[in-house]
Amino acid sequence: MRVGGMSIVFAFLTVFLIVPLVAVFSEAFARGFDAFSSAIHDADARAAVRLTLITAALAVPANALFGIAAGWAIAKFEFPGKALLTTLIDLPFAVSPVVSGLVLVLLFGRRGWIGPWLSAHGLQIIFSVPGIVLATTFVSFPFVAREVIPMLEASGNAEEEAARVLGAGGLQTFFRVTLPNIKWGVLYGVILCNARAMGEFGAVSVVSGHIRGITNTLPLHVEVLYNEYHIQAAFAVASLLAGLAIITLILKAIVERRVHDRPRPIAERVPEPQLWASKSEA
Amino acid sequence: MKPMVRSRRSATLPGFRVTMTFTLVYLCAIVLVPLATLPAGALALGWKPLVTALSDSRVLASYRLTFGASFAAACVNAVFGLLIAWVLVRYDFPGRKIVDGLIDLPFALPTAVAGITLTTLYGPNGWLGRPLDQLGIRVAFTPVGITVALVFIGLPFVVRTLQPVLADLDVDVEEAATTLGASRRDVIVRVILPYLYPAWLTGFALAFARAIGEYGSVVFISGNMPMRTEISSLLIITRLEQYDYAGATAVALVMLIVSFVLLLTINAVRGWSARRVAI
Repeated sequence: MRVGGMSIVFAFLTVFLIVPLVAVFSEAFARGFDAFSSAIHDADARAAVRLTLITAALAVPANALFGIAAGWAIAKFEFPGKALLTTLIDLPFAVSPVVSGLVLVLLFGRRGWIGPWLSAHGLQIIFSVPGIVLATTFVSFPFVAREVIPMLEASGNAEEEAARVLGAGGLQTFFRVTLPNIKWGVLYGVILCNARAMGEFGAVSVVSGHIRGITNTLPLHVEVLYNEYHIQAAFAVASLLAGLAIITLILKAIVERRVHDRPRPIAERVPEPQLWASKSEA
Repeated sequence: MKPMVRSRRSATLPGFRVTMTFTLVYLCAIVLVPLATLPAGALALGWKPLVTALSDSRVLASYRLTFGASFAAACVNAVFGLLIAWVLVRYDFPGRKIVDGLIDLPFALPTAVAGITLTTLYGPNGWLGRPLDQLGIRVAFTPVGITVALVFIGLPFVVRTLQPVLADLDVDVEEAATTLGASRRDVIVRVILPYLYPAWLTGFALAFARAIGEYGSVVFISGNMPMRTEISSLLIITRLEQYDYAGATAVALVMLIVSFVLLLTINAVRGWSARRVAI
């Protein structure tokens, strides 16, 4: 049973995870290194890299700041509607990416609710960079908050209160006591948030308008190249994103260990009984 | 559970008002106001255009395909996800940590990359598509291909919800059952599986919900033929490109409602299992 089960699992994982990952890089270098290099140094590709970096540089810090602020308000204080607020923060995960893009078009589009008013004042959101940033911020919204909130709830208020009693100011308490406790959680959320922000396709695709060199992010540039039958170039650009995914997985694994090893309140530091001693044939 | 000595809303901790204000303003600006346009738009339209838009045979075909393929993919993930979680939790083998980290690849890999890769792999000249073609199985540009893409992106959900639950499952309980004369099959069917049901169902529902809304990994491999391989997400974009806001709103509203119902179900299952474990 053990050997059979493991063979099935490995066969499944090979076909569904390893073969696709190998294929991305194999296709990217299918015509040699020069073809790969020229595809990623192409002007449109560079513009796509730049836009992707700008978008992530705006969306990720904003969502990180939000996550920390929401964590403080939700975990450290008691107020009515707390459960509802926590649920609402998770909402973007329940919404399909295309629907996330659609609601922005309904709001800011040429025939949208406030789009006409905004464009009369010279502000274009849809088919331009602000729309891409908004869509990206929407889809990567909950990542930091959902790491920070449970962490702050678990750590309680005692340490912060002690710092206050000892005369620390509000910000001092936060930076010296709270932030060191949650920094790995914040980092973990930021890594996931960044991966989603740089890789988002559906929502950004709806609001971007696919203007080459201007509103194409990396995933959109991959799509354009692929649909124009520049298969190798599409995979060359895609391999950059696949590399990002691998880096994300490695960082995630490293930080995950830190998150689990973080010092916990003394009451929780009692050693847990070993639940099952051997991992042998069960 | 948690010690009750903690003084909540303590006067000593500052910053409630400023963080709460920022939280609410940001949440409204980024998420709630944009999302509200969908039900508001539907209300402004009234019932008739909505019903007309939804009774279109192309829309109905897209729902059948989207929900059908998502359900099939979630079932595949439920079976293999359980197996994978079991192997990862119970067995030790070289490279276990790498395999464990790799499970999250579908979360980390941008969907467009997954989409073009799967399409190339399963295409007529692909590594997997060619041998399958010789067996008479066409994957790319058929509902089978859509399901394959949805299996890929849904895989981590079942594994990740089952892993912690399996790790908590006490081997003593199994041993006790065995000592009392239960066969291995009895132990699995009557001890292990009942214990896993809530997490299993949660993982299934998460994979299903994700699959329904998926776009990037599917749109390349599906071929996008109206009535046959056109998923609902793509139909929304098509309607939008035709400036048919009413049509797009109607298709999206149904998907949004289904996602919310699934989310509420998942929360209910979680609450139920938390109570069950507490007993």
